[in-house]
Amino acid sequence: MVKEAVDVHMESKNLVVRYGSRVGVGVGGGVNLPLYRHKVTALIGPSGCGKTTFLRALNRMHDLTPIARVEGEVLLDGENIYASGVDPVLVRRRVGMVFQKPTAFPTMSIYDNVAAGLKLVGIRDKRRLDEAVERALRGAALWDEVKDRLRTPASGLSGGQQQRLTIARALAVEPEVLLMDEPTASLDPISTQAIEDLLLSLKEQVTIVIVTHNMQQAARVSDYTAFFLNGEMVEFGPTETIFTRPKDLRTEAYITGRFG
Amino acid sequence: MKTLEKDLALRRRYRAERFMMGLVALGTLLAFLILFLVLAYALAQGVGALNLDFFLKDMRPPGESGGGLRQAIVGTLIVDGLGLLIALPFGLAAGVLLAEYPDHPVNPYLRLLSDTLNGMPAILFGLLAFVLIVKPMGGFSGLSGAFALGFLMIPILARSTEGVLSLVPKEIREAGLALGLPRWRVILSLVLPTARAGLITGVLLAFARAAGEAAPLLFTAFGSPLLELNPLKPMDTLPLRLFAFAISPYEDWHRQAWAAGLVLFGLITLTSLLARWASRRF
Repeated sequence: MVKEAVDVHMESKNLVVRYGSRVGVGVGGGVNLPLYRHKVTALIGPSGCGKTTFLRALNRMHDLTPIARVEGEVLLDGENIYASGVDPVLVRRRVGMVFQKPTAFPTMSIYDNVAAGLKLVGIRDKRRLDEAVERALRGAALWDEVKDRLRTPASGLSGGQQQRLTIARALAVEPEVLLMDEPTASLDPISTQAIEDLLLSLKEQVTIVIVTHNMQQAARVSDYTAFFLNGEMVEFGPTETIFTRPKDLRTEAYITGRFG
Repeated sequence: MKTLEKDLALRRRYRAERFMMGLVALGTLLAFLILFLVLAYALAQGVGALNLDFFLKDMRPPGESGGGLRQAIVGTLIVDGLGLLIALPFGLAAGVLLAEYPDHPVNPYLRLLSDTLNGMPAILFGLLAFVLIVKPMGGFSGLSGAFALGFLMIPILARSTEGVLSLVPKEIREAGLALGLPRWRVILSLVLPTARAGLITGVLLAFARAAGEAAPLLFTAFGSPLLELNPLKPMDTLPLRLFAFAISPYEDWHRQAWAAGLVLFGLITLTSLLARWASRRF
């Protein structure tokens, strides 16, 4: 019997991200935020509040931005991913990411897109790849739609299908944590619904952190919610509490639609 | 009262627009006219010398009629082709470094270097190959010509590679890295394939550019009256032969120089068309 454990999977400690001299996130003291295992945590807040900046610090995507500097710690099962000697490539294998814009690799087939993370690190065993591709596509609720055309170019899929393809691609490498940066922002309501349903089943396997502009979405899919404003993490708590009894007036103003 | 009729100010703007459009059309016409004149004159002068023999036979001494420029056509393809092989790894590597590692400390110097080399007179590449290859090897050779053209192509390739790679959306790179792929693997397996049409176009245009060069070959490939397939021996190319024939006193050779120009023009046009086709096809 699995015990209903609410243990911390990832955690930021005094996290500050700077772009040059500008503080992207961590205004007024670094961000301390726990991300619970097999739960969905939503990051909400108006544009420019630092939620995406925070998200990208969780799998070292800021390494690619020359002017970005990260201070503080991000613990993954207690281990600081910013400690010297930690390979960001290995961090990203455990902490996957799905982006706002569906980005199927345009030169690859559907199958190769999903298998990319495995194939490109040298896994050639066809049986293993086939299994991983099917499992990932089923996991992303796309299998039935594409199983008869796995070898066709991924660019032929609709936007919503491409987004589920990128989720399948991220799942295929079996990450422990999945970061999602406004995954439904460019999708129609039906595709959005499909992805939201997906989140609820995915959290049995992975810990999910989702950035969203859509407060209804946060309320529907998440167990915990963190509210960001102007680079500051204002409030964090169980989603129900945040949406019904927020402690901070700014949170209340935002969720009741008075700004943002 | 407001009406839908054009008022004076609007009419003036339309007049200005017609005037500017006229200037643009005139400029375009002029550019085409010059191209057309060159081509028409070359055709008139050289088409008589163009026949099957021109492609199948080597040149003849002055006074003897007939013959062709087989040795120059084949030589152009060999010297330019070898030059491309020499330039390709360096040009691509430099382009990848410039586009994919923008914060790399050598990049400001690399960019300055490739800009300078791009603007350098082509004959200096010949001089460089003369010092580095011809002198140590003790003689002129197709290979030294290939190096001269290769030096010329490296900065062109570097800049075109940088250009097309920077067109690849950064989302592709981020998506690859987020899968836990190392950076070199993302570049090799995701970025380069996405940009392949542009890369092929850049390579073909560099090839076409080098095919038309005579100056870097004057004291490297040197020229040869006979077909030569050994790149360690002096070799002929179309621009070299065109130059030699054009300054000769012989009527026959003049005609063949024009014909060489036409073939060169055809070769470069063909390569450019191939480049455009490639950018659509892939």
